[in-house]
Amino acid sequence: MSSKPLTLAEKLWRDHLVLKGENGAPDLLYIDLHLIHEVTSPQAFDGLRLAGRDVRRRDLTIATEDHNTPTQDIHLPIVDPTSRAQVQALRDNTRDFDIRIHSLGDKNQGIVHVVGPQLGLTMPGLTVVCGDSHTSTHGAFGALAMGIGTSEVEHVLATQTLPLQRFKTMAINVEGTLRKGVSAKDIILAVISKISTGGGQGYVLEYRGSAIRSLSMEGRMTICNMSIEAGARAGIIAPDQVTFDYLKDKPHAPQGTDWDQALKDWSELTTDPDAVFDAEVFIDADTLDPFVTWGTNPGQGVSLMDSIPDPDSFDDPSQKAAAIKALAYMDLKAGTKMKDIAVDTVFLGSCTNARIEDLRAAADIIRGQVMAPGIRMMVVPGSQKVRLQAEEEGLDKVFVDFGADWRFAGCSMCLGMNPDQLAPGERAASTSNRNFEGRQGKGARTHLVSPMVAAATAIRGTLSSPADLEQ
Amino acid sequence: MEKVTQFTGTGMPLKISNVDTDQIIPAVFLKRITKTGFEDGLFANWRQNPDFVLNNPSYQGAEVLVAGSDFGTGSSREHAVWALRDYGFKAVFSSKFADIFLGNSGKQGLIAGVITDADTETLWGHIEANPAAKITVDLPSQEIRVNEVVIRFEIDEYTKWRLTEGLDDIGITLQSEDAIAAYEAKRESWKPKTLPAKGV
Repeated sequence: MSSKPLTLAEKLWRDHLVLKGENGAPDLLYIDLHLIHEVTSPQAFDGLRLAGRDVRRRDLTIATEDHNTPTQDIHLPIVDPTSRAQVQALRDNTRDFDIRIHSLGDKNQGIVHVVGPQLGLTMPGLTVVCGDSHTSTHGAFGALAMGIGTSEVEHVLATQTLPLQRFKTMAINVEGTLRKGVSAKDIILAVISKISTGGGQGYVLEYRGSAIRSLSMEGRMTICNMSIEAGARAGIIAPDQVTFDYLKDKPHAPQGTDWDQALKDWSELTTDPDAVFDAEVFIDADTLDPFVTWGTNPGQGVSLMDSIPDPDSFDDPSQKAAAIKALAYMDLKAGTKMKDIAVDTVFLGSCTNARIEDLRAAADIIRGQVMAPGIRMMVVPGSQKVRLQAEEEGLDKVFVDFGADWRFAGCSMCLGMNPDQLAPGERAASTSNRNFEGRQGKGARTHLVSPMVAAATAIRGTLSSPADLEQ
Repeated sequence: MEKVTQFTGTGMPLKISNVDTDQIIPAVFLKRITKTGFEDGLFANWRQNPDFVLNNPSYQGAEVLVAGSDFGTGSSREHAVWALRDYGFKAVFSSKFADIFLGNSGKQGLIAGVITDADTETLWGHIEANPAAKITVDLPSQEIRVNEVVIRFEIDEYTKWRLTEGLDDIGITLQSEDAIAAYEAKRESWKPKTLPAKGV
């Protein structure tokens, strides 16, 4: 029937086309799922009110509170009045427009990109949007998932569609077997380091290869989550049995004949064998080390076994200038071994690495171990449900015995919109996604790491891999 | 939306690459629920350094920001565009923009034009040599004119059309409501609905 071989992303585009754009106009795409949180939505709801418009499909829309929410004393009113007002605005708006919301205290409250998948609302073959750049997370299911701005949030609320310019496609081929102590986070940090923070611009990245296929859904979400850190429009992984097994018992998974039909449709969601990508990248999983960042953008990363690069080693003058600026901000010197960098804080959390598997991986390493002196470790589950599951498995006890703070769910120290921040000059090993200047607090210094590296670092006090504990 | 066509103003050189939206407006300023009044958040952390270009009196009142490559990376916050707009910028030029920032600019009437690295250097040179130099930004012809120099900038045709006509995206889309309804009628029944709520 179809003649031209297509990539997975191109198939999803074709399947959601409401109107094809003429004369340079963008295509109009239908949106299957719209996730909302308190930071990027208030002005969108105001826009609807001003124009006298309603929400077109409240049954394809869901809200939760995550960016501003405290991770302690959640039964008390939010202390910061501006945070409190923003959360209240979301509650008022979802009440006025009759939209489902999971508020603080609810077991489905949490980071929006953890909540969608755990409810089984994120599934293959969908278009998913949210006013948050890490919406790319949902691409792990074989969905076309994109972060959007507030004007676009309003557009989707009013029309359930978005005008979108076509994208290019890039294959990220990751072949081989990850060694012990190396995880999905290390793959994506290596990818961003290789193609740079702007390398994915205009592209949808499709992650392929044996190393991707052998990842759990949690690992795949970690990878797709950080596609935006390479500047990409989206990241995507073709669904397979791992995806179907993950979805099977989720609350909103299709039932009965719908499940059968869904499986049939989902099995076609692969890139055709003869399809051509606009660009291809290859990563060798066999030789990959734990990967960490030394600078102030996620592309400034190296193997944990390496040293901080000399800015003079960059050919590109703007990259060289960026490295000099980053090292000054980070208070680091070229040539310093990554493993010699001591941290003050370890943060285990964020939409990148706060799912149950991430907590298990870290708990397995710290169980029965002692935290390095002077370290503060904060563990913030991605959702209340993850927190409850972790407690069921006794992971909370492992963290608390180790001396870590066991918190309630939210975005927390990933961006410090709530009180969870680093003090000026403090240095963190963080499982989050951005090491930008001031991201985790004014003057704060961030090293992006995997949950396993975070755990090993908390034990040794310096950036460490789990293997270092055995020596 | 107001029509955007041509204006003349002065420029400001932001000689930094990889300016992410956390630098354009730190997260602490995102808690507001209004759509205006974000000018104090613009580059709030960098502004605490007296040597930062925004604090240079020579560039006060600038309406054209010329930045290094990879501008607007990171978070999707439209507040970054609101902050630039509220501060008084009407156009920002760079050799490379993050996609979401580019989209957000187009929604708010902020011209985000792509120029070459060489033209970035040229503009920086003109602005630094004479901060009062008048720069004309002409959207229909996609030209930046300063002194006797003419620099072409790239912007996608659709965004240019919408800006010059002052059109509202939602209004345009709602003209296609029949097509949306027709699409909805054939959506697969296995696709998820958030209502009635399950798993609560």
